[in-house]
Amino acid sequence: MSNIQQVAKNAQETAKKLGIEKFDIYGSTVDDTSVQVDQGEPKQVKASNRSGVTVRVWNEENTMGVTSTTDVDPKGLELALQTAYEASFFGVKENVPDFSPEATLPIESTSKDKFAQAPVSELIDKLLLAEKELLDSHPAINGVPYNGLSQRDIERFYLNSNGALRKESHSLASIYLYSKTEQEGKKPRSAGAYRVKENLGNLDIAGCIKEAADKTISHLDYQKVKTGRYEVVFSPEAFLSLLGAFSNLFNAQNILDNQSLSQVDDLGKQIASPLLSVYDDALHPANVGAETFDGEGTPTRQIKLIEKGILTSFLHSAGTAKRLNAQPTGNASIGAKVTISPNFYHVFAANTTEKEFSLQTAENVILIDDLQALHAGVKALQGSFSLPFDGWLVNKGEKISIDSATVAGDFLELLKSIVYIEKEPELTPGGVCPRIWVGELSITGD
Amino acid sequence: MLINTLLISSQIPNLNYSSTTERFDQTWEAPLATLLGLGRAAGADFVEFFLERRNYISCLAEEDIITSISPSFSTGAGVRVFHGKADCYVSTNNLTFAGLKAALEKALSILGLQLPIANAFIPEIYLELFRDYGNKRGKDSWLPLCTTIREMGEILLEGTAQLHKKATHIQSRRASYFRDWQEVLVAASDGTFARDIRLTQSAGFSLLCADGSHRTSISERAGNTSDPNFLKSWDYEQSADQIAESAGKMLYADYVESGNYPIVMANHFGGVIFHEACGHLLETTQIERKTTPFADKKGEKIAHESLTAWDEGRSDNAFGTIDMDDEGMPAQRTLLIEKGVLKNFLADRTGSMRTGHPRTGSGRRQNYTFAAASRMRNTYIAPGAYTNEDLFASIDKGIYCKKMGGGSVGATGQFNFSVDEAYLIENGKVTKPLKGATLIGEAKEIMNKISLCSQDLELAPGFCGSVSGSIYTTVGQPHIKVDSITVGGR
Repeated sequence: MSNIQQVAKNAQETAKKLGIEKFDIYGSTVDDTSVQVDQGEPKQVKASNRSGVTVRVWNEENTMGVTSTTDVDPKGLELALQTAYEASFFGVKENVPDFSPEATLPIESTSKDKFAQAPVSELIDKLLLAEKELLDSHPAINGVPYNGLSQRDIERFYLNSNGALRKESHSLASIYLYSKTEQEGKKPRSAGAYRVKENLGNLDIAGCIKEAADKTISHLDYQKVKTGRYEVVFSPEAFLSLLGAFSNLFNAQNILDNQSLSQVDDLGKQIASPLLSVYDDALHPANVGAETFDGEGTPTRQIKLIEKGILTSFLHSAGTAKRLNAQPTGNASIGAKVTISPNFYHVFAANTTEKEFSLQTAENVILIDDLQALHAGVKALQGSFSLPFDGWLVNKGEKISIDSATVAGDFLELLKSIVYIEKEPELTPGGVCPRIWVGELSITGD
Repeated sequence: MLINTLLISSQIPNLNYSSTTERFDQTWEAPLATLLGLGRAAGADFVEFFLERRNYISCLAEEDIITSISPSFSTGAGVRVFHGKADCYVSTNNLTFAGLKAALEKALSILGLQLPIANAFIPEIYLELFRDYGNKRGKDSWLPLCTTIREMGEILLEGTAQLHKKATHIQSRRASYFRDWQEVLVAASDGTFARDIRLTQSAGFSLLCADGSHRTSISERAGNTSDPNFLKSWDYEQSADQIAESAGKMLYADYVESGNYPIVMANHFGGVIFHEACGHLLETTQIERKTTPFADKKGEKIAHESLTAWDEGRSDNAFGTIDMDDEGMPAQRTLLIEKGVLKNFLADRTGSMRTGHPRTGSGRRQNYTFAAASRMRNTYIAPGAYTNEDLFASIDKGIYCKKMGGGSVGATGQFNFSVDEAYLIENGKVTKPLKGATLIGEAKEIMNKISLCSQDLELAPGFCGSVSGSIYTTVGQPHIKVDSITVGGR
């Protein structure tokens, strides 16, 4: 992307030419490279450098329009500003979005280091080695059909006509390995693992290989599970994916739009087991891709969503905060309609329990490792879910892989049915969370 | 190899091409031919450029207010270079000659190739006579003929007003619309040089109803390619009627009891079963990854003899219709399964090269940031000989899946999809409504259990996500009977 100051200058000049006095711009540039391999050979290498901005324009009647573009040269910006201006006359007349009151507040430590990208040949070599080690880890593993090693530099900025100007950049490196087995007379089985870090040098490739191998091998011997109600243990990733699917619980915009399981006056209510605390914590030290401001320029921060089972806060944009007499929380993305999303969940045990739960001693519990097809099986506005999963039936520490089953329930009931939260947190792409034990859920198998 | 006049590499920085990003026309022939020649001279086996311009707008009405109008513009290009078994794809926003050359150079260098040294002769690639699908069927004038922002707003508000009239216990009602106009240009070192314009539109409703602890949410969507007047002719009254009726029935529905049942799946979006359970597994991408059980089954019976299925590039104005694919090949009509026997796979260029199956005009991608891959277009189960009454009459106790949600298929052929509107079948009759059902199974097994196909084929728009991003597709089928399937519930 052109120099951000240059974009700001171009925007100011173009806006002046068009008679636009009030506008803001959020933009980003992503420079990434990724490789895939197949049976010892490089398969595909991808590289891209792409930019995009979203501009919002307020007209003389103070209604707002928006336009996005990938063309950030003066001509592209002019078209975007002009189109946004034209669209502004069709904008909402009530609760018109406005600049965040926090867009100009100072932010500490606004910039992370970008790391020099490794040569593509190094990415290919590391991934070929990872594939080989995974294939060598068990004779039944005959392929790693989904794999990738990538590195990415991200630059982002926010500016507005009131003088706000924020920018930051960071780097990410990530690997995923998804292996598959083939054994005579048995169904193919598969499992995978993912790791992310700031740079390739620190990326835990060995851990990713081991996790993918261990999980895949653990599914080799499988059985149908009897349909019924079981105590269920969610892996950190599975619990966070479900929490994410029902994030309308905390989303102030969804609440105002009647598109949420929560209502405005639910703050202070016990919605979960007293064992559970959930924070949204963009700046958590484990959040590799931490961003210090949102799409409205509001600084990100830690938000206590659930404390000891009590709903304590919602996630806000500048607009919802104004309407609900709260503070913006740094979770907004700009558009004609500002959207809100969580940054990085931190789930932990709020209280200790008298009884310790352990997979070494528990009998006939279902350990869910990975939930699938959340886009289809979650009814986010009804609160219900019915989802296929990968997992095991665990009996006093012995794990038997489950063949083709679904788990179903009501998310609000699930939150209240949490009976134990383990102590050891795990880092996942969506946040930090330990394993979560839930009283009883419906499992459909045989 | 087709070779034009020879350039000298040192001349390239001084070339002044007049091609414009306002329109992808024949002025792009010279610069692209030069760049393709550069790639070949560097040692690439094959080079392809994909250029894209997009003009998109979406509009949302909530209750009786337009709450969002979001236009967006994008331009970009991707260059794909093959060298031996490896290929590299580089994308950029920069459509100047220098920008495209930089992308090419990056792709070449990643594959260990270098642009020719100064004073080397550069073979310019002869491109075919410009194949311009963009000037057919009036496509060049589609964009200005589309609905204006004001008209969008008016129609959507009339739609939400209809919902208000028809439904009860409304908690929220929404109508949405998007128009996606796309111009693409493909040029490749085998001489391919083609342009197309696509216009994809969709309008729909979503309705949330609640009564005490009873809640239901239902969505419905119509889609179209090729008709600038689509929104004006959208029958929102009928759509509002249907969605209100569904919501009314599902609001107080019981949860389905899990187990194995025979089911009848309705036509229209019911076709998602074939899309997920079989269609994806017939893409050569899956053969390359060794994630399809059908890889070596061409010519063999893989499904019940009652089942014939097609994937076609053009089905009137259906949502997955394309004149050419994103590799410049005219879209074909592909017979996938005939009376249970596997006839063809869906192949893009790479898939064809790596698996030997012929290309079918199925190379598709979300946008210029993705390399094309073999993907479905308009995919459907052909009509059979039975009536819907025959299907229901054959079941003593089962489930009627009237309205399907989305689904997915995994690396081992296990598929799943959700049912948004279901009913119990008792003694051949449809009885009480049921909610919370998910269908799961193995692709290899389920295809042999589709035993009866009715005659009432209907197509429905869908969005398909896979290796080359999210694309517009059509699913479809007549009512079908599946002899037994696992239904997840409570």
